[in-house]
Amino acid sequence: MAETRLSRWFNRKGWSDLIIAMPYLWLVLWFMVPFLIVLAISVASQKPTAPPFGYGGEDPWISLRGYQRLFTDDLYIRSFFISLMNAGLATILCLLLGYPMALGLTRVSKSWRSILLMLVILPFWTSFLLRVYAWMGLMGKSSWFNQLLTDIWNFVVPLNWALKSIPMMNTNFAVVLVMVYTYLPFMILPLYSSLERLDPTLDEAAMDLGSRPFRVFLDVTLPQSMPGIIAGGLLVFIPAAGELVIPTLVGDASSPMIGRVIADEFNSARDWPMASTVAVALLVLMVLPTMLYSRYQAKAEGREAAK
Amino acid sequence: MNRRPVFLITVLCFGFAFFYIPILSMMVYSFNGSRLATVWGGFSTKWYVSLWTNKQVIAALLLSLKIALVSATMATILGTMAGFALARFTKFRGRFVFSGLVTAPLIMPEVITGISMLMMFILLADWTGWPGQRGFTTVTLAHITFSMVFVTTIVQARLGQADRAIEEAAMDLGSRPWQVLRDVTLPTAFPAILSGWLLAFTISLDDVVITSFTTGPGSTTLPLLIWSKVKLGVTPDINALATITVVVVGIGVALAGWILNRAEKRKLLEERMAFRSNE
Repeated sequence: MAETRLSRWFNRKGWSDLIIAMPYLWLVLWFMVPFLIVLAISVASQKPTAPPFGYGGEDPWISLRGYQRLFTDDLYIRSFFISLMNAGLATILCLLLGYPMALGLTRVSKSWRSILLMLVILPFWTSFLLRVYAWMGLMGKSSWFNQLLTDIWNFVVPLNWALKSIPMMNTNFAVVLVMVYTYLPFMILPLYSSLERLDPTLDEAAMDLGSRPFRVFLDVTLPQSMPGIIAGGLLVFIPAAGELVIPTLVGDASSPMIGRVIADEFNSARDWPMASTVAVALLVLMVLPTMLYSRYQAKAEGREAAK
Repeated sequence: MNRRPVFLITVLCFGFAFFYIPILSMMVYSFNGSRLATVWGGFSTKWYVSLWTNKQVIAALLLSLKIALVSATMATILGTMAGFALARFTKFRGRFVFSGLVTAPLIMPEVITGISMLMMFILLADWTGWPGQRGFTTVTLAHITFSMVFVTTIVQARLGQADRAIEEAAMDLGSRPWQVLRDVTLPTAFPAILSGWLLAFTISLDDVVITSFTTGPGSTTLPLLIWSKVKLGVTPDINALATITVVVVGIGVALAGWILNRAEKRKLLEERMAFRSNE
């Protein structure tokens, strides 16, 4: 990118320094410094002082005990495992439901499409908390939805398996279900925008050459929508893995997700160092898929450029 | 495609049922006369009345709106600056760190953002005495920080797409740089700035996790109030509150969609007319 006259003028007058410096300093002060504090506290030891941490004492200057506990204490291993499993399941289910929905959106008429797209986006603008809450109303023991499912269950299974209600609240199932519900738009929208750009004549050509519709989907549509799948997958997986609200409201307290472990360490146990350690570990877990994604993107761009 | 995609339409119907049945159920039960939130006890609007007279709810709503207004406006100013800098100043020292800093908050889990800011506020209060009491100021600071990067992303994308030759042409034709900024750059970026502000506003209005960490006693926003009630279970007055939210947002989104649609149609019509007159 060449320097333009406009940006040169900004540079000469020193305006550019001001325009860069203000948001820069803001983010350093309120985002980077707090994060560095977390990093620093993660290697401190818990102390009965206020604030409840310190360096030195019986430990060497830096304590790596928190990181050690991360790999030895059952609680952390389990919560990491459960988080990955719940987030992974939610991502896969979002893909399985969101993909045909996005594909369906590209096949309906123009006027229907804009209405349906608006209906996909609408829940976005309503409160996230209230969307989780809506499911609490449905999953409760005496709700019509639970009773309906129970009736169906009792109709299908033998008599001695009959239930009074289906235990849905406070389970991992509930967490995954509500995650799929709240994050599905994040999957549909990038998928839709990558599917919408596909050239329909390619489908026609493959059909004309004798491919069956499902083969056309596998060989033509699916590979071309890969960027949408990856973007949607990340947009669901990343927030789902660090989720705090959903597991607190509908999850099982005995098998918490990482987000909840961090909050509990901090609020209930007042163990700042351990909360920070788990936070750093969670962050590493988020950064990995993001880096893979940007590498994939760079490669794809390289391929584009090579053409 | 001549065949009707029956499978896709079926999934689409199922998907929209999945989206809207919980919301509709909640709306229906907001008119439930029974105190038990999930058992129907006749039609009643008493929960709406009790909501309207609930001073706590009104105060929380006003605080939420105040925080959202201030933080969205500040986030838009800072975020637009950052987006402009990244799109127009190609080389400057620290650009790499800067672009990392505007991306990181997007993927940072809210728990970590919340806890890290709370730790910083506590340590700051320990060393300097400020902030003595957490509340409006600390929550607003936190909201500005995590919503400004959304504005940056939108503005940067918009300015990146815009043709810079127009800015150059305006310069060549003798416009002063600030005139170019006012007459070319700002109008180009304006839709992005506006949607950035709206996004920042709704993010702030909706946030639970970061607010719960950075607030203090006496400063309860509406999501926090709902959060503390909902943790104890389903209550009919929250159903009523949710219904009002959905209706207000629904009308807003439908109105915005209708206006955009009309503008689009008019543009198409104008283009067609221009095309005809050229023939």
